Amino acid sequence: MTILLGIIYPLFITGIAQVAFPSKANGSLVDINGTLRGSELIGQKTDTAIYFSTRPSATDYNTLASGGSNLGLTSQKLYDLIQTRKTDFIAKNYLSDDTNIPSDILFASASGLDPHISPEAARIQINRIARARGFSEEQKQQLTVLVNRLTEMPQLGLFGCRRINVFMLNLELDKLK
Amino acid sequence: MEINDYIQIFLFLFLLIALTPVLGSFMAKVLNGERNILSPIFGKPESFIYKVIGVDVNQSMNWRKYAVSLLVFNLAGFLFLLLVLVTQKWLPLNPQHMGNMNWHTALNTSVSFVTNTNWQSYAGETGLSYFSQMTGLTVQNFLSAATGIAVLIALIRGIIGKTTDKLGNFWVDITRSTLYILLPLSIVLAVLLAGQGVIQNFDNYTEVTTLQGDTQIIPQGPAASQIATKQLGTNGGGFFNTNSAHPFENPTPFSNFLQVLSILLIPAALTYTYGKMVKSQKQGWAVFSAMFVLFAIGLFVSLYSEFHQSELWHNISYMEGKETRFGITNSVLWSTTTTVASNGSVNAMHDSLTPLSGMIAMINMMLGEVIYGGAGAGLYGIVIFIILTVFIAGLMVGRTPEYLGKKIEAFEVRMALIAILSPSVVILLFSAIACTIPSGLSSLNNGGPHGLSEILYAFTSAAGNNGSAFGGLNASTVFYNLMIALGMLIGRFGVIIPVLAIAGSLAQKKITPISQGTFKTDNALFVGLLISVIIIVGGLTFFPALSLGPIVDHILMQNGILF
Repeated sequence: MTILLGIIYPLFITGIAQVAFPSKANGSLVDINGTLRGSELIGQKTDTAIYFSTRPSATDYNTLASGGSNLGLTSQKLYDLIQTRKTDFIAKNYLSDDTNIPSDILFASASGLDPHISPEAARIQINRIARARGFSEEQKQQLTVLVNRLTEMPQLGLFGCRRINVFMLNLELDKLK
Repeated sequence: MEINDYIQIFLFLFLLIALTPVLGSFMAKVLNGERNILSPIFGKPESFIYKVIGVDVNQSMNWRKYAVSLLVFNLAGFLFLLLVLVTQKWLPLNPQHMGNMNWHTALNTSVSFVTNTNWQSYAGETGLSYFSQMTGLTVQNFLSAATGIAVLIALIRGIIGKTTDKLGNFWVDITRSTLYILLPLSIVLAVLLAGQGVIQNFDNYTEVTTLQGDTQIIPQGPAASQIATKQLGTNGGGFFNTNSAHPFENPTPFSNFLQVLSILLIPAALTYTYGKMVKSQKQGWAVFSAMFVLFAIGLFVSLYSEFHQSELWHNISYMEGKETRFGITNSVLWSTTTTVASNGSVNAMHDSLTPLSGMIAMINMMLGEVIYGGAGAGLYGIVIFIILTVFIAGLMVGRTPEYLGKKIEAFEVRMALIAILSPSVVILLFSAIACTIPSGLSSLNNGGPHGLSEILYAFTSAAGNNGSAFGGLNASTVFYNLMIALGMLIGRFGVIIPVLAIAGSLAQKKITPISQGTFKTDNALFVGLLISVIIIVGGLTFFPALSLGPIVDHILMQNGILF
């Protein structure tokens, strides 16, 4: 039984997966000019002003200790964290104090490796990125178009939420002239 | 909630109902040993396995022999897994050079996987070699689920048997459940998941340079094959620390939907198998309905609570510990599903759910994991509650209680009570112990009533063989590893042995013909009674503890008090 279930079965699945979906089975890695820059599925820490920011991560995007904060909603620590993140985000993005910040960019994800943010959370960063990169008004327009283009709708029109992959967005961002 | 949220929920519920008869009738064929569409493929391996272990297919066991075979089989699985975990450093397929697991975590993990709990005291990506994941955890994912199904089949044979003491052959039941049910479904699911982006390879971890120039290590491994059985066998132990919230374990909303559906697939379909085997489809649907009602109530209370704003968290949606691709609806659908089904995998951090939806998760487990429940385990669990219900109904009308023509007498009721009380004792007593000693309290991540919830959740999860956690609790200590391991053993075998005893006792009885006075167990009245008994037993036992934990937590949140 152990041989069948523990060795033959996983090898059989590996065989099928490697033939049918080689890139996905190996972690959806993205190779740019011969250098591996990340996985399409794994969020990266982005704290420089020139890239779209990913969600806060309880593990600081450490892939070898995936996890969430596990703080409850009556936790003072969580409450304070959110207030700090909100103030920082407003300051960093030149927003007015009463801006309604999308929740996903304030709260830490479950895995600590969430590759996505909501389209709202991306749009609200456009001004900052344009400024940090010294973009012209026209380039800024392109940035908005880019965000709209990369917004993923619910899968098969049905499953999940509208979202945008930050890693793919930042890759495209680097290509903007 | 948006319209899309409702559509996803109703599609889920619809498929759950629609797939039940399809898979249910197939499983009945398999478990009765009839020819089925997979016989041409797995017939030969099946006979080969019997030949190797020297089993005579036609030799039927009495309940004691059945129970002993089961215990021996599980003990062997436990020892093998333990051995693999504490020696993995010297075993093959360990590209990351993982060290041997310490004894108490290994003990906890072995018990956890053998009892179909799959509580995670380990972190897969930093603590387990590929060899341990495959030959250790994946194998037990199959076999512990098959054990649950075997116990259920033995119980059904007890119910339908006429003055016999034979309950079937454990080795045959476990082989058939694995080969014809769990393995083929897992193969299909694993391939579908790999197509969505779940990794499946034996590579070293990959180093990448992120866009802003940091170094990031991308973990690898044969994940898809393990995750498929993790869901289908109501196991739940993750390949990665953060389980199905990890983008490699559950990359897309569609993979999420497949996984959450496969959690309930087998437990739900078994109700149809049950109806088929007791020769009354209405009995099967009655059980299904009771489960469905309880599940739906919990789901909608949780959804309401997660979408309901509070003064404290003004104008915000509760995204702490949730993934963007799933959003709130899919996280809550999962938290409810995984806790009713004794699965225990998570796609969001339960510790960060709202107090009320965290409480629903706990109640789902406290009710004895009978709302669909574990593979096999949920159904034999609810039969215990059925016995209690007909007994109570019998007391009310002053007639000897009967179920499916079998008289329910003192012995059956005594055994049923042991099966119901064993997990309850673990939950309350062990939580009380943990609350009073320093090694129990030092592991807490949250203060106030939420801290109590963390402890209560841990032992509830252990006793119900669920395996999900309020992850803030640091359970990787000697105290928690041992207490939880003990809790899992009592919660598993403290139920299985009484159930087999009941099966043995029922098998020996005559079948009383149905008469005018027979109390019907396949109508709405009975479903209502059954639901009430489940809620009253669960409610009365745990209400005080819940009041001090999640209920106070909820009230405090509404009033803006923090800890």
